[in-house]
Amino acid sequence: MSILQVRDLTVTFPGGVQAVRGVSYEVSRGEVLGIVGESGSGKSVTSLAVMGLLPPGAVVSGSVTLHGRELIGVQEDELTRVRGKSISMIFQDPLSAFTPVYTIGAQIAEAVRVHQKTGKDKAAKRAVELLDLVGIPHPDARARAFPHEFSGGMRQRAMIAMAIANDPDLLICDEPTTALDVTIQAQVLEVLKTAQRETGAGIVMITHDLGVIAGMADRVLVMYAGRPVEQGPVDELYYRPRMPYTMGLLASIPRVDGAEGPLVPIEGNPPSPAALPPGCPFAPRCPMRIDVCDEEEPPLTAVGGGRHVACVRSREIEHKALTGADVYPLPVIPPSGAVRVPRERRATVLELTDLVRHYPLMKGAVFKRRVGTVHAVDGVSFDIAEGETLALVGESGCGKTTTLQQIMRLEPPQSGHVVVLGQDSARLGKAERKALRGDLQIVFQDPMAALDPRMPVGDVIAEPLRAHGRRNVAARVAELLELVGLSPEHAERYPQQFSGGQRQRIGIARALALEPRLLVLDEPVSALDVSIQAGIINLLEELKNTLGLSYLFVAHDLAVVRHLADRVAVMYLGRIAEIGAVENVYDRPAHPYTQALLSAIPLPDPERERARRRILLQGDPPSPADPPSGCRFRTRCPKFARLGEAERRRCVNEEPSVVRLANATGERPDHGAACHYAEEIEVIPASDDQEEK
Amino acid sequence: MRSRVVLRRLLRNRQARSGCLALILLVALAYLGPYAGPYDWTDKDFLAFLSPPSADHWWGTTSIGQDMYAVTLRGMQKSIVIGVLVALISTGLAAMVGAFAGYFGGWVDRLLMWGVDLLLVLPSFLIIAIISPRLRGASWLWFVVLLAAFTWMITSRVVRSMTLSLREREYVLAAAYMGIPRWKIIFRHIVPNLASLLIIDATLNVSAAIIGEAALSFFGFGIQPPDVSLGTLIAEGSRNATGYPWLFAFPAGLLVVLVLSVNLIGDGLRDALDPGSTS
Repeated sequence: MSILQVRDLTVTFPGGVQAVRGVSYEVSRGEVLGIVGESGSGKSVTSLAVMGLLPPGAVVSGSVTLHGRELIGVQEDELTRVRGKSISMIFQDPLSAFTPVYTIGAQIAEAVRVHQKTGKDKAAKRAVELLDLVGIPHPDARARAFPHEFSGGMRQRAMIAMAIANDPDLLICDEPTTALDVTIQAQVLEVLKTAQRETGAGIVMITHDLGVIAGMADRVLVMYAGRPVEQGPVDELYYRPRMPYTMGLLASIPRVDGAEGPLVPIEGNPPSPAALPPGCPFAPRCPMRIDVCDEEEPPLTAVGGGRHVACVRSREIEHKALTGADVYPLPVIPPSGAVRVPRERRATVLELTDLVRHYPLMKGAVFKRRVGTVHAVDGVSFDIAEGETLALVGESGCGKTTTLQQIMRLEPPQSGHVVVLGQDSARLGKAERKALRGDLQIVFQDPMAALDPRMPVGDVIAEPLRAHGRRNVAARVAELLELVGLSPEHAERYPQQFSGGQRQRIGIARALALEPRLLVLDEPVSALDVSIQAGIINLLEELKNTLGLSYLFVAHDLAVVRHLADRVAVMYLGRIAEIGAVENVYDRPAHPYTQALLSAIPLPDPERERARRRILLQGDPPSPADPPSGCRFRTRCPKFARLGEAERRRCVNEEPSVVRLANATGERPDHGAACHYAEEIEVIPASDDQEEK
Repeated sequence: MRSRVVLRRLLRNRQARSGCLALILLVALAYLGPYAGPYDWTDKDFLAFLSPPSADHWWGTTSIGQDMYAVTLRGMQKSIVIGVLVALISTGLAAMVGAFAGYFGGWVDRLLMWGVDLLLVLPSFLIIAIISPRLRGASWLWFVVLLAAFTWMITSRVVRSMTLSLREREYVLAAAYMGIPRWKIIFRHIVPNLASLLIIDATLNVSAAIIGEAALSFFGFGIQPPDVSLGTLIAEGSRNATGYPWLFAFPAGLLVVLVLSVNLIGDGLRDALDPGSTS
């Protein structure tokens, strides 16, 4: 029996912009419905409309019924009785979802007392029970803590506790794990599953992460330009997509379980809701477009097996069993010339030896005194050979960004050495440093923040050229724009007239202007939508091969890293935990942290995702101001927990350094781990095409 | 490329075009207008004290028989220069000091902000009273410098705090990693992104300078009788604004038109510099 029924829901914002254009779905008890879509596809607006939380100017039409009761057009005070009682919502950013001035326990107790007639002490006791249920250690003490005293993952757990406080029938989760690190995401998803078991509620899970959906959802709804374009049971939809957009989306995601070769990019950008094309909104980007597509928007029609598709060619797709790789044109990426030479004989472009960066922790307003040290980077060593991509991965706060800054500043480090193209940064003169900057450039994460909004794009790209006194700037700018797939006529536009993916291309063009030999990429695709991301990854790969670049690639998305990198270094609390060739580290991780990290990544493959057993880490990473003695990972290490007393002593007293593994074999015997008891195991089930090899 | 794009956007902007036209007309009126009138500003018509506007005295006369038309235009010549110069100097100074203090930080920041706080604390009248006897007889342009020197401090503090947040932006980091000198980053990336604030500040400063100048003249510094400025004329005329409205209405009206035209130019410039605006 369905709890929630949404019929023909439309949302129109002032100015006639239709953000949602006819969404219908239903959720039954104990069922998880996943809603997938890129930014601007209307997935969040849909759920806000269901909750009645849209701003007053928005016009909502259609019908939303909860247990057969209509919710649209109902008085506000009646809605507040439903909200938090029958439907609860979990938001993306748990910091702004709590009031900073009340304790967590008080806020959960308040949610209980709003809807239930209980005494204050009973509500407080219930809050502690709920915190215990979502796995918060020492719940009675933590209930008295304020939101800022909780870590991101803890806050999201508390948010879930608050959402299930009144045994709701329906939970709406709006990107509940997007702001969290992968190991924390795995914990929170586990808690969500527990919460669902306890309450038996239906869940509407909104996310852009196809991996999360694969593991959680029973049914999936794919949205594009404010409309559902495909709907169906999760296995059907993932293994036999029938709408070109879904097919492209599934083919465009890099996967942590392997599969080499270029990704499938979906050309173009999602249409703006204010200017939709006539006919099918996906037609301008669709590789299977025929003339009929431009005439009329195809309705969402049932095709049997509980599936609905909005595409005129869905029958043909089903009949020929087409997949994304079949219909989308695969870009051809020329092979690299450098990789043919063995690594040992290639020049080293970057070498870090025991790099240290500590920040003082100050206290006091007038008389500042040092109360501690933040060990942001604490002895990091690695090197990058010419034509190679080294990825630096790790969770937030592990010191990735600090390492990057230390390299980019080209100034003497606190301790250790940074050697760029054979030149030690500690021994550089002013002119030498400036000359070296031409060989070392950076691409930033956020394509909007990285470009001066008040500078035309032509000036943005010309800036490094002029700074280094190059002539013939205009011709070079045009050349660079073409190199990254933009038109030279775009030079007079401002950055904000471009989409996110195009802006990232401009950032890459600027970084390439001086023909650098080493490019530092700081999370270059993490702010982009999946379909755009593939295009940028392909571009980076192509540029590397044609221009002979080396990359230092910083990322938290291990799937992207597997696709782009040759070697990978895993960082934990300012130190390297494991380093080696990508295939060695991913297929046979030896450090317990790498194993947990890899096992936490959701696979966009429902069957394998359900069959996987996760290595769940306990708790949050310790603060870099107070790292544990000996091995830094031992406080969360699943292996440490299994060790005997004598073996443990070594972990507590002796800090492990990266040791090359004896049995590292294969084409590239390049694999080291910083663990006293390193042992290679397999955590990602091998993908089909790997088995074929 | 940026200057070309901004200039083109500025010329396309209707507000900016009409503002420029109005300012040019006002300047022409101030400097060419006196030749058209029958009287010189020093002439006194002893047959017409406080006479209302007529065919002979177009804008009426003052209590000592001066022709209002000639006197007002004479005053406006000074006031346009004072208003525009003071606004440009004080806003420019505020932008420089604030941006350098905010971007460089450390001892540069402490030194500059210490100076700003000192100037804010010191009563400006006191300083002017001390300096004014020494400047007696010097060019009245010194007065512009002094007026500007006492109006920029608060803006510079605002500029500094905005710079502190701009400094952390990735495009500023990117410029630093390109090897661009720090002073160039300030002019190229920091100041243009503060343009909206600075333009609003400059347009407000124009009228503040013209009015403020009158207050200082009252204390015997700046434009001294028999010479006139719009400020002194307004100050004098406002006392009899109900009985003899022409003494007040003409200088005040011209001030309003002047400030309005500067505002239009400022708005146009802001739109031209701001890529987000569609007008």
